[in-house]
Amino acid sequence: MRSRGGRLGDRLLHVYTWLVILWLSSPIAVMIMFGFNDTPSKSNTSWHGFTLKWYQQLFEISDLTTALRNSIYIALISTVITVVIGTMLGLALGRHRFRGQGATNFLVFAAISTPELVMGASLLSLFVSANLPRDAITITIAHVLFSLSFVTVTVRARVVTLDPSMEEAARDLGATTWGTFRQVTLPAILPGVLAGAMLAFALSIDDYVVTSFVNGSTLTFPLWIVGSVKTGIPPQVNVMGTLIFGLGVLIAIGNAVAARRRT
Amino acid sequence: MRRLTPYLLALPSWMWLSIFLVVPLAAMASVSLQTGNAIDGFAMTFSFSNYADALSTYSPQLFRSLGYGALATVAMLLIGYPVAYWIAFKGGRRKSVYLFLLLLPFFVSFVLRTISWGFLLSDDGILLGTLKSWGLLPAGFHVLATTFAVVAGLTYNWLPFMILPIYVSLERVDPRTVEAAQDLYASRAAAFRRVVLPLSLPGVFAGVLMTFVPATADPVNAQVLGGTGNTMIGNIIQTEYLTNLDYPTASALSFTLMAMLLVGIFVYAKALGTENVLEAAAR
Repeated sequence: MRSRGGRLGDRLLHVYTWLVILWLSSPIAVMIMFGFNDTPSKSNTSWHGFTLKWYQQLFEISDLTTALRNSIYIALISTVITVVIGTMLGLALGRHRFRGQGATNFLVFAAISTPELVMGASLLSLFVSANLPRDAITITIAHVLFSLSFVTVTVRARVVTLDPSMEEAARDLGATTWGTFRQVTLPAILPGVLAGAMLAFALSIDDYVVTSFVNGSTLTFPLWIVGSVKTGIPPQVNVMGTLIFGLGVLIAIGNAVAARRRT
Repeated sequence: MRRLTPYLLALPSWMWLSIFLVVPLAAMASVSLQTGNAIDGFAMTFSFSNYADALSTYSPQLFRSLGYGALATVAMLLIGYPVAYWIAFKGGRRKSVYLFLLLLPFFVSFVLRTISWGFLLSDDGILLGTLKSWGLLPAGFHVLATTFAVVAGLTYNWLPFMILPIYVSLERVDPRTVEAAQDLYASRAAAFRRVVLPLSLPGVFAGVLMTFVPATADPVNAQVLGGTGNTMIGNIIQTEYLTNLDYPTASALSFTLMAMLLVGIFVYAKALGTENVLEAAAR
């Protein structure tokens, strides 16, 4: 009796899990669908038939295109900076014992747990006090700040699983410090570094809250979208969202397949 | 040289975190005690009254945010726990597929997801408009600009962050411990309550931390899905900083919010009884 009740419960939970997945995906379906909507006006909330014209006119709205380009540039540059200095910190924390390690760990944790709103507001306080103009550079600074801890933690998690004797062996065989790093350490921690890079890129290109404080008059893709909520979101935004979504899913699946082949 | 290596490796990040996190927080603390205006500049006057003024003006929005954040967090817990449970114990070989499907929304910008909800729920949109044309809903019925819409939006946006840590902690539970409990004549409910639930508490704790703080401080959901009666503290801080240029009030509000969230986390950690939970969450 008990097991039959259990099986029924499991089946209900199975259906329930799919319902939650459906709920989570429904706005994505709406976004993709309305990229194909033949809407006559700027407001894109009701269905007017299928068209591909927004894909052809993808870059017609020049300030939207600029905003998307800004987002991509800022994401690329901030990812490179974050990955370099975050990997260095991850190596220091995972591989070495040094004075101030506890304080460093606390700083990394503080950067993760500070609410985005407070981070953005405090950065603006600094830039205003220092009389620094707000532009793409201040946005990049902010994006490196909120991604740094995530990269550090990801790399550190990989570093602590390494066997230090590999590096010692390389050094015993006459490799220089740099040579050991490039030929032994880096390949071994590369999956962690790449995961950190993808995380940093995703965090950067998606950010609205922090960016809204430090952008000055520079617009990124999320800022442009929020700015045009009142006047209506043009279908081009849906198309760009769809393309980014497709690309992200492809990369994730490719990654999973590659990982499976490696093992 | 070898002794210096960790310091050299950590140096760039130290500088970044000190200059752009520690110094700004200090700058904000200082600004929150200053008086003046954007044109003539601000001067330090140690006016703690900034806090009292900000609180007396904006306490409704502050408490509304904490309330919305708490409601959304509870909703996420209730909705997410069964999902995490089912995937961890019954997901079988397809576990990673289910997790991937749960993470699918993150391939769409957070802002765009929220706006898509705005589409879906708009007064004459595909959902309500259709139901109204079938006569299933009165013409004046609306969901947008209600408390429900904002809390549902917050719940939607952070749900995966609740499910994942709970899943991770449940995944580590050895199913044989549950069998052992049942062999010892525990009912399914008792086995869950006495064995599975306690073992999953670290995951619940981590999930609550990862969702309550960002949901409470979020300005986007209230702006896109809410009406004038749903303004949250995030919207106020944004407006004070960016539109009204009232930096002292905005700084005082930011600090108050952060302090309340920290105290909340601390009380919550104490209530669950524990440094072990904190440790487990850190792992």
